[in-house]
Amino acid sequence: MSELPLADRTITEMSAALRHGDTSARALTDACLARIERDAERLNTFLATDAEAARRAADEADAVLAEGGDPHRPLLGIPYALKDIFVTRAVDWDGGNLPGGLPTTAGSFILEGYRSPYPSAAQEALEGAGAILLGKTNCDEFAMGSSNENSAYGPVRNPWDETTVPGGSSGGSAAAVAAGQAYFALGTDTGGSIRQPASLTGTVGLKPTYGRVSRFGMVAFASSLDQAGPFTRSVRDAALVLGAIAGHDPRDSTSVDTPVPDYTASLSGEVKGLRLGVPREFFVPGMEPGVETVVRAAIDTLRDLGAEIVDVSLPSTDRGLATYYIIAPAEASANLARYDGVRYGASAGAEELWENYERTRGSGFGAEVKRRVMLGTYALSAGYYDAYYVKAQQVRTLIKDEFDGVLADVDAILAPTSPNVAFKLGAKVDDPLAMYLNDACTLPVNIAGLPGISVPCGLSEGLPVGLQVIGRAFDEATILRVADAYERAAGYADLRPPTAVTDA
Amino acid sequence: MAITRADVEHVAHLARLHLTDEELDRMQTQLSRILEAIETLRDVDTSHVGPTASVIQLENVMRDDVVSGSMPRDVTLANAPLRDDPFLRVPTVLEEGR
Repeated sequence: MSELPLADRTITEMSAALRHGDTSARALTDACLARIERDAERLNTFLATDAEAARRAADEADAVLAEGGDPHRPLLGIPYALKDIFVTRAVDWDGGNLPGGLPTTAGSFILEGYRSPYPSAAQEALEGAGAILLGKTNCDEFAMGSSNENSAYGPVRNPWDETTVPGGSSGGSAAAVAAGQAYFALGTDTGGSIRQPASLTGTVGLKPTYGRVSRFGMVAFASSLDQAGPFTRSVRDAALVLGAIAGHDPRDSTSVDTPVPDYTASLSGEVKGLRLGVPREFFVPGMEPGVETVVRAAIDTLRDLGAEIVDVSLPSTDRGLATYYIIAPAEASANLARYDGVRYGASAGAEELWENYERTRGSGFGAEVKRRVMLGTYALSAGYYDAYYVKAQQVRTLIKDEFDGVLADVDAILAPTSPNVAFKLGAKVDDPLAMYLNDACTLPVNIAGLPGISVPCGLSEGLPVGLQVIGRAFDEATILRVADAYERAAGYADLRPPTAVTDA
Repeated sequence: MAITRADVEHVAHLARLHLTDEELDRMQTQLSRILEAIETLRDVDTSHVGPTASVIQLENVMRDDVVSGSMPRDVTLANAPLRDDPFLRVPTVLEEGR
């Protein structure tokens, strides 16, 4: 066992300890809850918790473990958190509040107090796997942002340095896993919202292939790009969680009916014989030299392990940002039309319906959401549709075809996750374009619908850097194998924020 | 491309979004800058390229034509800001007498 405090260890380690009776689900839950309470003000990671419900679930898990456990519940007794973009059932069938039910806000005032009458597919899957829900994590409003400063409920701070951002939009989930507040957390990734905050907080973040995980019960941002995935403290843990949430769901017509392999089975620690491509365009202009150095060293480590490193080109990479900032806002402007102040959510209470729509949305949405709704509405409006939206969809084809061409020749792609380490709170809030550049290395992967994982590969200026591994569609097994082999060889598996582990 | 204040007001209207004067000013500046960055796509030759709306082959998904359970009415209405059981209440749509 590692020397880390209980709250900072991995699922893999804790599952074994639970099976052997060396610890209890209650002890793990209490360890997480203690961290959540200790750092609530310092980090602002959680928007809602229910300690009583979590302890109750832990005691139930301990009762099952005492009877020998349950092979069908691979995450039995493991406490976790959900980004507050996954709905959690909070309304009883008689319309009353369900005990232990948590509200869902999507980081927005427009959903303040919203209590979902049904659970998300993710919550159902993880409950079925035996995991214990601790609470809902803070995020950028409607998952729009790269720093978590767009949350209506205040920014999350990075446990590595409280004056810096944790990345976004799943910043609360990333920071919670980094800070020992949950053994894993789910996030959503539309343009980098899992991988970029994983990079900035020194955690593992996996965005599965579009269609791999059900989006049912995920508050929609951009429907052709959104995908759910885990934050964990090891690649093996990410493989375990992916196995629990992946699969076909008839309630999400874009979820793909393809078998779910045992993702841990591919973790051989071997990369000999694999061809790994390094696209030169991903070392983008403006990238911090310290980040480039660390990422290049990580690529060297994989070469030393026996992988064949190949220089490849994805020439349309620099078109990714423009393509994304048409497609994502266009889809968002349509998805967010549902917030009308009638069926649920906030209402401005105006006398007349039309005015009520405009006032409700004007006061309920924050600045970034308004900007994207405006941008998307403009791109879809009469006279501009072909010039913007159709054009972006055509460039999307080019980007996807380039990836497909490269991935026909190599087994996976290696790249930086983010061009920079965590930046200061407030540094980019007034410059949307500078903020958008954070996702230059991640959003092409969403545009192409491919799986990508960020694994910690060292520090620059004392802050974490992530190596991104991108794979073929539905070949999560290979990127997990590469990331796991790197993690074992590189020695950053016990990387934790210095402030997290002080209560040992 | 610089967009005009009237463009911004028109789009806000289409989006059913009330913006203050200050927000309209800021939106005009910021959208113009973002659109300028986005317009670099014009240089890309896409004359022989089809659009991609989704990366997966989308097909109509039909469920079996069988009755299944649905949410009780009280549950459906539980989050409504204004209700007049068993209905949702909405502000006036038409003026009186019309």
